[in-house]
Amino acid sequence: MMEIIRSEWTKIRSVRSTVWTLAATALLMLGIGVLLCVAVVNSSSPPPDAAAGVRLPLAGVMFAPVAIATFGVLVISSEYRTGAIRVSLMAVPQRLKLLAGKVVVFTAVSLVVSMATAFVTFWVGQAILGAATLSDPGALRTVVGVGLYLTASGLFGLALGALVRHTPGAVVAAMMLMLVLPQVTTMLPGTWGATVHKYFTTNAGIQVATPTGGDALGPWAGYGVYLGWIAVTMIAAAVLLKRRDA
Amino acid sequence: MTAIRATNLTKSYGRTVAVSDLSFDVEPGRVTGFLGPNGAGKSTTMRMILGLDRPSGGSVLVDGRPYAQLRRPLCKIGALLDARAVHGGRSARNHLLAIAQSNGIAAGRVDEVLDLVGLREVAGRRIGGFSLGMSQRLGIAAALIGDPEILLFDEPVNGLDPDGILWIRTLMRKLAAEGRAVFVSSHLMSEMAQTADHLVVIGKGRLIADTSVDEFIGRSSQGYIRVRSPRLAEVADLVKVGELHPDHLRVTGVTALEIGTMTARAGLPLEELTFVQPSLEAAYMELTKDSLEYSS
Repeated sequence: MMEIIRSEWTKIRSVRSTVWTLAATALLMLGIGVLLCVAVVNSSSPPPDAAAGVRLPLAGVMFAPVAIATFGVLVISSEYRTGAIRVSLMAVPQRLKLLAGKVVVFTAVSLVVSMATAFVTFWVGQAILGAATLSDPGALRTVVGVGLYLTASGLFGLALGALVRHTPGAVVAAMMLMLVLPQVTTMLPGTWGATVHKYFTTNAGIQVATPTGGDALGPWAGYGVYLGWIAVTMIAAAVLLKRRDA
Repeated sequence: MTAIRATNLTKSYGRTVAVSDLSFDVEPGRVTGFLGPNGAGKSTTMRMILGLDRPSGGSVLVDGRPYAQLRRPLCKIGALLDARAVHGGRSARNHLLAIAQSNGIAAGRVDEVLDLVGLREVAGRRIGGFSLGMSQRLGIAAALIGDPEILLFDEPVNGLDPDGILWIRTLMRKLAAEGRAVFVSSHLMSEMAQTADHLVVIGKGRLIADTSVDEFIGRSSQGYIRVRSPRLAEVADLVKVGELHPDHLRVTGVTALEIGTMTARAGLPLEELTFVQPSLEAAYMELTKDSLEYSS
């Protein structure tokens, strides 16, 4: 397994799309956070409380998941686009091991970049706002939660990439499942609709990356539900990878 | 030990049968040509050998085992399917390094194979900018990286210039001379005539011939005598056997001397009287044509 991980590390670090998509993720986080913080400081409204002081700098967490999901998609779909997947499967015919190697390397790279981005964005935001510190209630959990949420979103992309095997298709699927459909579920009627809304992908997942809960799932329960969505997608991808002709 | 053994190998996609009940062996120490018209099922067969496509029936073993059960497969068998199937953004060296690492092959081997195929100088460049010839060499470097005893090439000379073709031919001969099993597909008989010792010929997914190159020529068409004359119709009447073509008469079953004697007695002038050897190409065309007729 170490051999496969070493090989996947070489693959992931030797293409430019890794740098682009990770840079896009970091820039979305930092850019949106800085813009919002500057806007709040310059406005005449009263200074934000501690909860808003945590939430505002990290507001990019609404959009950054799509960038990191694109990174996840590309890790596998680019091999299908070029046909290089056959070279990979010739080298590692145990297909699930190949997928596991990709997941391990991707998770490690994403976690490091996501965590670093979350903490840097938080500190830059506080340099502008001066409204919160990591020792405020829920602040540390929220910042760590942003790192975890982004990493999970990347894995969602990887799972969709392995399932769809087609870059544009998988990116569109990721946007639908992570951005569009979670909003659409607000229109569902009744308590049944409210439940679907609460448990739907990023609606559940983002709870770990925001300071207050409201009537939504708790931060860790929500994150668990999000990981469940990802696990199901990944298992479906793994089953098809094993069955389908390459 | 037989390098590759296919037994009743079958692959169908829905109703379309790509490969049907195909059995053959690939032995070490020789180049085995895998011949057939485009669409005959050569690439499908190769993908099944490499565990990429799952057979619908039958089996294919590499060194006695299914491909998926090989540990570090690249140290046993190396293959080049499609030279363009690589990530264009990666450098040649990183491409080969990732392949080497996945099979626990030392990183130093990357420079060795780069030297072997003559790509050392461009090792740091992005593969996307490579010419077809360079991509082909890179693909061969990847196939050789584990120093495997079995090699498999799918249409390796397609689109190459004469230098590249000669280089690949020489390389395949050399690999076989070192005792390796070389299995190479082509739709061009003339190409195989130059390289192969043994032929596996398929048409419409079925085995047509599994034989040495010499036998293959021998058992097909027997050759014929070509006769040309300004008074061809009269010659045809005189000789009686043979088929009349617009500009020549094609005769079998009579010797050139007999035809010459007859026409000399009748005072008919001859422009040409030639015994035409059956070529490998012609033998191949004849066999594959038959297979298409009988299989449908």
